[in-house]
Amino acid sequence: MTTRRRASAPEASAPELICPAGSLRALVAAVDAGADAVYLGLKDATNARNFAGLNFDDTQVREGVAYAHARGAKALMALNTFADARDPGPWRRTVDKAVTLGADALIVADSAVMAYCRDHHPALRLHLSVQASATSHAAIEFYRRRYGIQRAVLPRVLTLQQVGQVIQHTDVDIEVFGFGSLCVMVEGRCALSSYATGQSPNNAGVCSPPSAVRWQDDGPAGMQARLSGVLIDRYAPNEPRGYPTLCKGRFSVNGERDYALEEPTSLNILAILPELMALGVKAIKIEGRQRSAAYVEQVTRVWRAAIDQAAATTGRYSVQPEWAATLASHAEGQQHTLGAYNRPWR
Amino acid sequence: MALTVGPVLYHWPRATLLHFYADLADSAADTIVLGEAVCARRRELRLDDWLALARELQAAGKEVVLVAQTLIETEADLRLLERQGEQQAFAVEAGDASALHLLAGRVPLVLGSHLNIYSREALVEHADLGATRWVAPVELALGALALINPPADPVRTPQGEAITTEAWAFGRLPLAFSARCFTARHHRVGKDDCGYPCLSDPDGLLLASTEGQPFLTLNGTQTQSATVQNLLGDAQALHDAGVARLRLSPCSRGFTQVLRDFDAVMNAGQPAAGCADAWNELGVPGPFSNGYARRLPGMVWSNA
Repeated sequence: MTTRRRASAPEASAPELICPAGSLRALVAAVDAGADAVYLGLKDATNARNFAGLNFDDTQVREGVAYAHARGAKALMALNTFADARDPGPWRRTVDKAVTLGADALIVADSAVMAYCRDHHPALRLHLSVQASATSHAAIEFYRRRYGIQRAVLPRVLTLQQVGQVIQHTDVDIEVFGFGSLCVMVEGRCALSSYATGQSPNNAGVCSPPSAVRWQDDGPAGMQARLSGVLIDRYAPNEPRGYPTLCKGRFSVNGERDYALEEPTSLNILAILPELMALGVKAIKIEGRQRSAAYVEQVTRVWRAAIDQAAATTGRYSVQPEWAATLASHAEGQQHTLGAYNRPWR
Repeated sequence: MALTVGPVLYHWPRATLLHFYADLADSAADTIVLGEAVCARRRELRLDDWLALARELQAAGKEVVLVAQTLIETEADLRLLERQGEQQAFAVEAGDASALHLLAGRVPLVLGSHLNIYSREALVEHADLGATRWVAPVELALGALALINPPADPVRTPQGEAITTEAWAFGRLPLAFSARCFTARHHRVGKDDCGYPCLSDPDGLLLASTEGQPFLTLNGTQTQSATVQNLLGDAQALHDAGVARLRLSPCSRGFTQVLRDFDAVMNAGQPAAGCADAWNELGVPGPFSNGYARRLPGMVWSNA
């Protein structure tokens, strides 16, 4: 590693800022905007953003790792789907590649993958992916003892107080999601997408895949968004439209049509950043490998400024209006939520 | 083919639960899984009540397994797991890695369907914990089960015992869990002060598309399919995939007949045709699906 890039040495409480890289351009944007680490995946089903046109081939990984390292940032590789029983080869090969391509850590979810790392690359640093669904310190301890994981990314289901409980009871570094698309379901435990389309985050690295989406103009009644034929939402002619992620559609329950599971909204925990830092959160993750380089650049810049301010001015942190405006412009449906961190959400 | 009655996933009143299990005492069920898997706030029966029920069913000749809560969030959830590990009489079905960590080596383990075991290597890792039974994830095709735990070369525990594969053969499919209670959200009440509206939904709360297609079922923090997965017609394929146990997930009406029919078809060679129509008449919720078993979307019904 070369020197850190921050002007002043960060206080111990400043968490690492972990930013998404769905492309080399996004990686460069994240590093230049102040990410402490970027995370990326290969162009296949071994990671949970398996979308056409996204992700890295080997040459790009090498180039991206070199770019990050030259500027004092880390490069993490996501291998966070579950090895296919028909051919676990690609998952094993991705582990081998992470080592040869120089990734600083591998983000893993599958016990089969972790066992392979333990048996063949014991020096490789492992981060437990959110897809492993470890929601308690006991679950994290299971993976630490058996596979030596050094960091765990918490699913977006715990309250602030529960996050604190986990941190108090584990030696493993804890990473939480700070901003981006919000899963209302526990990550790694959601088969809604395969129920409708056959493909899910666990078995194919995708949710509500574009290949299953069909837009249908219903004339004056508006636009229909269907997933495998199921009507996920219908938009009036002047209504803003969202991608038909199936948990964020409008459905009927007891004759009442509503966002029965979740509104189209993004997670944004900028407002409680000092509380999370006080709890001892070691890293904040930004979601969005499927988003543009411009998104990555702007969101990273906001979070860099926020973390630096929170670390430098304990007790006098406040969310700057321009930060809020930038993040709002990138949020799904222009809406924010504190998600499960905020008790009333429940 | 051994039949396992899964835990009641819905919030049934105490008297209903006791009546349901009294009926199972002399049923074709080989194994009965007891306990609350979904919501820590549901307390019609407490652990001691479940243990008393377990002893009664064991005395009636049934194998009993206790189910661990699937989503572990609080210290109280962990204490309940601890208590499940303090008893020695019954195996515990693990729903997450917290249960694996706290219970492995203390009580016999069943690997629940919410543990993400998608390959033979992953099953080997879990067999290492001493588990002897694996309930496969619902989204896995039967072809995958055959590759993961083939009957000719099963995964074994360190003691050499072969792992048994159990498949989800009947019932609405548990598809997702959340910190949010969707039943409470629908009724616009807080999760911590919900008043238990789910007690009025013995088979969950149906969610349909805007044009009326039944799609999902809200069951508190759990989201299920609206369709009832039904593999009654798949006896040969189940057998070929090395499945030795079938999980039947309770519904509020017609379940006794479902159990009887699965026993007749799987173990006495009776034809499956006509059973599903008869179940519908008894009030078994539908429509039926069998897509996951065939590597198709889970909601699909295929005659192939």
